[in-house]
Amino acid sequence: MRKQRHSADATFSGDTTGGRVQLTLSGRLGVETVGRLWPDVRRVLEAKGIQSLALDASGVEYCDGAGMALFVYVRRAAARLGVELSIGGLKDDFAGMLDLYPEATFEEQPPETKGVRDFIEEVGMVFAETVCGWRDHVAFLGELTVAMFKTLLHPAGLRIKDFLSVAEASGARALPIIGMLGFLIGLIMAFQGAVLMAQFGAEIYIADFVGMSITRELGPLITAIIVAGRTGSAFAAELGTMKVNEEIDAFTTMGLDPVRFLVVPRVLAATLMTPLLAIFANLFGMAGGAVVMRGLGFPLVTYVNRVVAVVSAVDFMGGLVKALVFGLLISTAGCLCGLRTGEGASAVGNSATRAVVSSIVMIVIADGLFAVAFYFLGI
Amino acid sequence: MQNKPIITVEGMTARYGDVLVLDELTFEVARGEIFVILGGSGCGKSTLLKHMIGLYEPYAGDIKIDDASVVTTQGAERDALIRRFGVMYQSGALFGSMTLLENICLPLEEFTDLGKEARELIARMKLGLVGLADYAHHMPSAISGGMKKRAAIARAMALDPEILFLDEPSAGLDPITADELDELIIQLSRTLNITFVVVTHELPSIYKIADRVIMLDARTKKIIAEGDPAELRDTCDNEWVRDFFNRKGGVANNS
Ligand SMILES: Nc1ncnc2c1ncn2[C@@H]1O[C@H](COP(=O)(O)OP(=O)(O)OP(=O)(O)O)[C@@H](O)[C@H]1O
Ligand SMILES: [Mg+2]
Repeated sequence: MRKQRHSADATFSGDTTGGRVQLTLSGRLGVETVGRLWPDVRRVLEAKGIQSLALDASGVEYCDGAGMALFVYVRRAAARLGVELSIGGLKDDFAGMLDLYPEATFEEQPPETKGVRDFIEEVGMVFAETVCGWRDHVAFLGELTVAMFKTLLHPAGLRIKDFLSVAEASGARALPIIGMLGFLIGLIMAFQGAVLMAQFGAEIYIADFVGMSITRELGPLITAIIVAGRTGSAFAAELGTMKVNEEIDAFTTMGLDPVRFLVVPRVLAATLMTPLLAIFANLFGMAGGAVVMRGLGFPLVTYVNRVVAVVSAVDFMGGLVKALVFGLLISTAGCLCGLRTGEGASAVGNSATRAVVSSIVMIVIADGLFAVAFYFLGI
Repeated sequence: MQNKPIITVEGMTARYGDVLVLDELTFEVARGEIFVILGGSGCGKSTLLKHMIGLYEPYAGDIKIDDASVVTTQGAERDALIRRFGVMYQSGALFGSMTLLENICLPLEEFTDLGKEARELIARMKLGLVGLADYAHHMPSAISGGMKKRAAIARAMALDPEILFLDEPSAGLDPITADELDELIIQLSRTLNITFVVVTHELPSIYKIADRVIMLDARTKKIIAEGDPAELRDTCDNEWVRDFFNRKGGVANNS
């Protein structure tokens, strides 16, 4: 049986006669050529009843790491079969290279024993992690409260530059998107309302409907969702990257409290900015409603009067208080996730994701609690 | 080495915005030589390296590998050009989402027709070369700084390129590992005629591996010395250069 293969300018031939295998490699053994020779070499070496292996390499003109791998492959096959391998004619340079790869330096380690955890164990682990996670969160909130109080007592200790830049990034720069979304939501709400109310000839109540739902519910909610997506994730990613780069550790070892330096300005800025953004969302939402009302033929002044009459200051302020709390939840979740980042680039991504998801869950839960509280307070 | 240079840098100027970092550098790297770039910290060595591999566009001047400019070549020719060299970045730049083995297999998988078995064997051998075979399945985030560096060298060598650019390969390694790395560089350069462009501060390593060095100056932004390190140490007329080479005086003798 004789196999021969040319590949660019590398050739291989294997000759099996009565259990004596004669391999011949020649030409340029490089990454470009070895790939094509490899399957043929394997086929020859997998034949049954091999008693001896001889490799003639006198024709090898060039041999890089991939070529070396082919030699190692043959060497291993010989070891596996328990037969003697003689390599003949390999140039001294290449033989020296081959000596760089003693088998011991790259032996396969036993495959990782991941060990399938059984289901009960898995559930227990998840439970333990959740409990620890809550403890973590509570501890963090405590730490943050202390740092906040310290800042209140000594306002000079606030990193005012950081505070302003975060306020700008999370507040001012979010205005266009908040405005646009608020406007669209107002438009959609009014439109939906119009379809319904037109059946009763009660289009004027669209103003009530839009005004109330926007100020009490939708304005703060869309603001919070945007802030969670823009700012919460940014906090997590920023602090996460700092964690990965050991910057957080550097703060700690310098005796500086990362919570005071990094978290307080962020939480303060984002918490204060969220109600301001909610005001904008409210205004733009009403403007969206106004467009629909104008379309239905009502003069602007009628709409405005109606909204002012229906939406009380308490409704408006209630919405802003909600926004304030949402801002606090989002920014603390973002910072906490950032500070708890693991190692590596993907960990940063995970933290950002976790920050957004947990923010939104908390926003919805808090919103529900507000609804109940407002109901009992009669607001 | 009178043959045609493999890399030619012609009047290259590099800036970051308005800040001049390198001013009209001109030099050549001969095929198969180990070329070392020296200079104080922050003088622009990494910047020079990144320009030589076409990562940054020079403000002025040109860089050629053989006759192809790394600045202007585009499309398929650029891909072919890029395949000719391997790079180890100063920070390692391993892909954080892959194990070391996968990091090294990736270029083999993308650019060759080697089968999985062959790829993994090659990757393991490269890891073995840098002494990391036991860490094949570790993530980069789970190994030390020096180990990352070694793994990055292994990845740069994955495709056995003609030219290897190494940014401070032995910084952060213990003297024995660093010495083994130097041996490896010399061996690869001798047997495979690989050209090395190395940035390093380690004097013993410079004396041991360098065929030729250039030294950059942070003040003038130019090359202040060029040649054989031992000669520069003894005969250079610039005092700072002599000082640099004499810092750990005598170390050269035991290499
Ligand atoms: N991305 C960048 N933007 C602006 N300036 C930069 C940038 N990267 C580097 N520099 C500046 O260019 C100069 C050279 O930097 P470079 O990283 O090339 O130094 P180096 O010689 O490699 O130093 P080292 O030995 O410390 O690695 C430095 O003064 C640095 O401030
Ligand atoms: Mg550098």
